[in-house]
Amino acid sequence: MITINGKEYELSGKTVTEVLEALGYGGQHVAVELNESIVPRAEYDKTVVYSGDHMEVVRFVGGG
Amino acid sequence: MIPSREEMYRALEERHGKELQKKLSEAAVAVCGLGGLGSNIAVSLARAGVGELLLIDFDTVDISNLNRQQYFPEQLGLPKTEALSETLRKIAPYCNIRSAQVKLNEENAPELLADVPFICEAFDRADQKEMLVGCILEKMPEKYLVAASGMAGIGSANTIRTRRITDRLYICGDGESDSAAGLGLVSARVMVCAAHQANMIIRLIAGEFTA
Repeated sequence: MITINGKEYELSGKTVTEVLEALGYGGQHVAVELNESIVPRAEYDKTVVYSGDHMEVVRFVGGG
Repeated sequence: MIPSREEMYRALEERHGKELQKKLSEAAVAVCGLGGLGSNIAVSLARAGVGELLLIDFDTVDISNLNRQQYFPEQLGLPKTEALSETLRKIAPYCNIRSAQVKLNEENAPELLADVPFICEAFDRADQKEMLVGCILEKMPEKYLVAASGMAGIGSANTIRTRRITDRLYICGDGESDSAAGLGLVSARVMVCAAHQANMIIRLIAGEFTA
């Protein structure tokens, strides 16, 4: 199980890109933090999440 | 006649306490984007006696900005950096105001933001927010960054909050209300979000790290 934004998901072994798509963030503007470190955008395809990981996804919407 | 530097400083010390005021007056903060968020953040920080503000925006003042941004009708057409500097100098004549009329991108951000430890992301567009936040977290991990997402419309102000994402990244807003989805940006709710950002910056300057 990995914890994403406080909820648990069965997504171990997936890449960050796959996790984002599974959670409906595909094509959206986000920042991703994994176990207290930021994941660079260029690493989304290569970074794999494992059971016990904590991930935080911040979604940016327009307005300012 | 405006008050002397010492008179202004003493008045701030009386309100905020000596210890906090010393920290505020020694702090430098960058405000990236001078729209509804950035112009209100800058006004709050200038009033609080922050010593140095770096204002960054490429745009000019437009009539569509006046519903929520800290500009005046006679400033239409002026660069926002210039118009806001003028206003801030009236509010806080001894604040060191620097500005850059430039569109921030991944190439120029590291140099422009090099000597400022506290940064507010106050852009309008989601793709630009993502770009700046990603760039700062990847290339300048020592900076404190307070960003915003979700403040359009007239939904409850109580849904706007500050969240701590990492020890360097804080996000203010409701995370949902998207101006691109047709919700208008209205002064009060944008100011609530701007005030969250300004307050988090003041907390960080004071050494308070919880959201």
